[in-house]
Amino acid sequence: MPSTFDRRRFLVIGSAAVAATALAGSSGPARAANDSDERIKHFTGGKTPAQGRIKLDLPEIAENGNTVPMTVSVESPMTEESHVTDVLVVANGNPRAGVVTFHFSPASGVAEANTRIRLATTQDVIAIAKMNDGSLFMTSKQVKVTIGGCGG
Amino acid sequence: MADVKPRIKVDKKQAKKGDLVEVKALVSHIMESGQRKDSAGATIPRKILNKFTCTVSGKEVFSADFEPAISANPYIQFKFRAQESGPVVLTWIDDDGRKIVGEESITVS
Repeated sequence: MPSTFDRRRFLVIGSAAVAATALAGSSGPARAANDSDERIKHFTGGKTPAQGRIKLDLPEIAENGNTVPMTVSVESPMTEESHVTDVLVVANGNPRAGVVTFHFSPASGVAEANTRIRLATTQDVIAIAKMNDGSLFMTSKQVKVTIGGCGG
Repeated sequence: MADVKPRIKVDKKQAKKGDLVEVKALVSHIMESGQRKDSAGATIPRKILNKFTCTVSGKEVFSADFEPAISANPYIQFKFRAQESGPVVLTWIDDDGRKIVGEESITVS
């Protein structure tokens, strides 16, 4: 666990980042200030994902961006013939877009996973599911962050 | 950091074949993002657990690639379909190559 000193410094840096973003983001929400577009392109191979089938559970407002609970679930029978293979999660307002990639198989039984993520500022979290037949499904959700994570 | 013991909870230790078994796991780790700076202004080097894998009876059922945007003391929750009795082994791999391993077991009837 971080010491009190660490935590305090972390929060100071985080709030400075929020302030900086607020100043810089005068022209509406910053779209893809980081490498999220490249990460998505790399994952999809340039194909455009369809909407639907994938669900992203995140709070509307995260008081503490250092630990935001996130659940990703994808509708799929998860059989040998039809299952989800990978799910990419990116955040377009973090210093680096990558958050996590989940790998599923028919043995998973259900394509659902939960973890806790860091969000530096208010931004969109994007999840894309890849099926075994190569089809892609995407969803995104905006999270308002009061105190940023990621240390700036 | 010598002996990190992950906390693992498996919701059904005794399952019927085909049941969905939920696994929750928490491990102590700083997950240093490589973005922060120390008081002297030098970047603190990245040190995270970058890979998580779960095998049941030696077969991989779920894995994840973690990036610095995963919170400190990473928590992970997922499910798998019970097929046979055996060990449920959870492995985290650190940036420095070290492994953190935790094990539970399930009985499938």
